[in-house]
Amino acid sequence: MINDMSENNKRKIIPIGPYHPLQEEAEFFKLYIDGETVVDIDIEIGYNHRGIEQISTMRHYDQIPYTVERICGICSTSHPFAYVNAVEDLLGIDIPLRAKCIRSIIGELERLHSHLLWLGLAGHFIGYNTVWMWSWKYRESVCDILELISGNRQHYSMFKIGGVRKDIPKDLIPQIEKMCDDLIPAIDMFKGAVMDDPVIHARLKGVGVLTKEDAINFCVLGPTARASGIDIDVRRDDPQQNSTAYGLVEFKVPVLNNGDVFDKAVIRILEMYESIKIIKQCLAILKKEPEGNIEIKVDFIPPGEGVGHYEAPRGEVFHYIRSDGSNRPIRHKIRAPSYMNVASNKVAAVGQSIADAAITLAAVDPCYCCTERTVAVDVDNKEVVYTWNDLIKLSQQKTEKIKKML
Amino acid sequence: MKEDIISQVKQKLGDKILNFFEKNKKRYYIEIDKKDIVECSKILFDDLGFRFQTASGVDCEQNFEILYHFSYDKTGQIVSLRVKLDKEKPEIESLTKVFKAAEWIEREIWELLGINFVGHPNLKHLLLSDDWPQGNYPLREK
Repeated sequence: MINDMSENNKRKIIPIGPYHPLQEEAEFFKLYIDGETVVDIDIEIGYNHRGIEQISTMRHYDQIPYTVERICGICSTSHPFAYVNAVEDLLGIDIPLRAKCIRSIIGELERLHSHLLWLGLAGHFIGYNTVWMWSWKYRESVCDILELISGNRQHYSMFKIGGVRKDIPKDLIPQIEKMCDDLIPAIDMFKGAVMDDPVIHARLKGVGVLTKEDAINFCVLGPTARASGIDIDVRRDDPQQNSTAYGLVEFKVPVLNNGDVFDKAVIRILEMYESIKIIKQCLAILKKEPEGNIEIKVDFIPPGEGVGHYEAPRGEVFHYIRSDGSNRPIRHKIRAPSYMNVASNKVAAVGQSIADAAITLAAVDPCYCCTERTVAVDVDNKEVVYTWNDLIKLSQQKTEKIKKML
Repeated sequence: MKEDIISQVKQKLGDKILNFFEKNKKRYYIEIDKKDIVECSKILFDDLGFRFQTASGVDCEQNFEILYHFSYDKTGQIVSLRVKLDKEKPEIESLTKVFKAAEWIEREIWELLGINFVGHPNLKHLLLSDDWPQGNYPLREK
């Protein structure tokens, strides 16, 4: 597997990836290391290429939300969201207010559970296993609410062209509100744990820096961009008034400037407060609106093209649809945020130590399970040096060391 | 402000615009000649501060089309540059010298549609395996 002897023949290579049965997007990072420092990195993807764009052109329009939902398990509602936005852009229709609010509620609940998942794993990677346990404990309550609304903890199947498939009945609203209220002290706790802990400051500040210049050049998205000082958020910049409720609610978009792992963590924590705000405002609108008015009928997709995008937890999801007037699209282009963000590791990880590589690669939130399997191979004598567990251990030891120094 | 950026685009691109289509206030499609793609991208990306979203290649009956989607995040408007390439020898200049973000998507279009990107530093398979049969392009219509 490792036979790249050409120019890097004296350096060791640490392959991270490519396969794990749990992963939703496989990637293979080849880290070239010199001593403890990462000097170059090769990124190979495509291990999990399923040809969804092609499959999608073989489904009719009403089936596609289910198909694209299966692109990603964690942000499973972002793809249908961007897809229906694209088709509704093509059609030029305006969906009922109630459907807009339900869409935004589902989108924000997803953001909450996705960020809590990331926070837990990030904690685990640097040796804060308590953060991991607590964060995933609170994630459960979000998943429970999603199950209550849609019947599923993941793959909610809520979206359709012209509206949503299920209503949120009035008697569920107090439960959702209670969950939101209970979550705020938990996020306060995480915020304190990150912002006030000198060890985390020492461990994550200045690690895996992506400068604003590089961020623009690689066109990174979502929290990765916002931590590097780029003030973008599709929800605010292009609320797509006809399809979502983001234009009707108030929320802030946190932006920080250092571009390191610390800022990426803080951004995600701050975003959770905003998600809760959005959910509560949408629920307030739902209370006033009559139940049941959740879709308009769409019978026919005329020839034309449409562009839709949506701010997924990891950044902008982009869908392009072209119709020839039949019941299937002739082209469906999909671009997920990690497609742009993962490429930026080319600059963010180089120059770091191996102990920082795990958290740096993970900081763009590339759907972690992907990178769960790794071995380090000594190129000269083909000996296995590190496993993924060793890497995490290295990372955790570094945290311990910093703890003692402080 | 909202009118501003689009009129700036119109003015700066000038006679390079072959066809201008306003789908609605947020979505614009501009057809240009393929020889102008680098220059037009530079105008949008460097001068006007657009963000490159992605490119989508389409196999149409008469020709190949590539749409380069650019987003202006201050107003949320999306401008898609459309170029048409002939079927015989589909070829266009690479945008990698304008922004790094073009690198992966050009590799993807190259392997799925067989469109050659002149000047791409690393034109190899992205999604398909390295031993994928040459000349077999999955997204081409038969």
